[in-house]
Amino acid sequence: MSTASLPHAFQALLKRDLTLAVRHRAEIANTLLFFVLVTALFPLGIGPDPAVLKTVGPGIIWVAALLAALLSLDAVFRSDFEDGTLEQIMMSPHPLSVLMLAKVLAHWLITGLPLLVVAPLLGMFLGLPGIEIKTLMITLALGTPVLSMIGAIGVALTVGLRRGGMILSLLVLPLYIPVLIFSASAVNAAGAGLSISGHLSLLTALLMLSISLSPVATASALRISLN
Amino acid sequence: MTHSSPAASLQGHALTCIRDDRTLFSDLSFRLEPSQTLLVEGRNGSGKTSLLRMLCGIRMPDEGQITWNDNDIFKLSTDYLASIAYIGHKDGVKLDLTADENLAFVKNLGNPEHGVSNETALNTIFLSGYDDVPARNMSAGQRRRLALARLLVTQSQLWVLDEPFTSLDTQGIELIENLIRKHLSNGGMLVMSSHHAVTLEKQSIVRINLST
Repeated sequence: MSTASLPHAFQALLKRDLTLAVRHRAEIANTLLFFVLVTALFPLGIGPDPAVLKTVGPGIIWVAALLAALLSLDAVFRSDFEDGTLEQIMMSPHPLSVLMLAKVLAHWLITGLPLLVVAPLLGMFLGLPGIEIKTLMITLALGTPVLSMIGAIGVALTVGLRRGGMILSLLVLPLYIPVLIFSASAVNAAGAGLSISGHLSLLTALLMLSISLSPVATASALRISLN
Repeated sequence: MTHSSPAASLQGHALTCIRDDRTLFSDLSFRLEPSQTLLVEGRNGSGKTSLLRMLCGIRMPDEGQITWNDNDIFKLSTDYLASIAYIGHKDGVKLDLTADENLAFVKNLGNPEHGVSNETALNTIFLSGYDDVPARNMSAGQRRRLALARLLVTQSQLWVLDEPFTSLDTQGIELIENLIRKHLSNGGMLVMSSHHAVTLEKQSIVRINLST
């Protein structure tokens, strides 16, 4: 097996998932619409007081992003599992963990990146100041890939179950909480004029940790699920 | 299409499969050599698919060992997977991709420089002109043929086919039988489960009946 063909395989899987996403545009729109709707409903529910919205805004946007990520998770392996292509991917002579990295990257580009793009608009909509919007963007850029990475492990474990949604949430949500805490408090700290380098370092550490460990864990989880 | 290692052998050593606390088969041993066919027979639910998935390294045997050239397949992993092609119950075809995209993806997952071109493969399975057609718009039989075209673009020594004749018409069945004959005469190996009476030379068939 030539090692030179591994980048080909990585690229082919990434390209395939992106092509499929483009042909299923409605699914991308689904996650994004959920994110926007949840954020937009909060001011209606808690009243339009700018001071209140400014305080809770970062938290609302992050919770909505987290739930949107959770909602989109099932799609990572579901269709591949159902049409049998997941078995084909597992039988590729290339390291499964590297292929899983391609799948998660594709998933993040499809569902995480659009959140990042509309987040500043939602920030303005909630009346957040510029510095908070900027911090929000940074935390989303660091945090949403972590959500995809952790989520992939959970989905890989539950893909064989008929009704895996509930277990998936229970498995994954506790692991999402550190990301939520550090991100939302970073935005609040930025608003209060405090240093956010500590928060960002922790988020970066989480990102690095999940990039290095999650593909291996996802691959093993998938092997267990399909066994 | 010739295969590099003529002395290859696939062996099962005292394999056991337990599913939902029921023993589907136990103490199953066999040996398969180039140009031979392992024909897996048995009633529905007798563990045919489970056995084939074990041979593909997707499922772990509950007991026993599977060896490829006398090495455990779970230790070989990469080398073994490079020489095996599996067509399962599910076609493994992405419905929203065209025939050409499906084959290109399969090729890139393995070794892109091996096997025939996508065009040749599609011609061989009588789907020429369908390269730009999404698999969704094909009939079940055409999708099955597209799945079987994977065997041509990857050029593996060991084919593992689970009910390959499902939803194929007589022309399709004849086509697959020809491909199988050619594969075997080139030193290929085949593991197949089928209800269909296969017209292959008797001496090259190793039969396993899981129902007895």
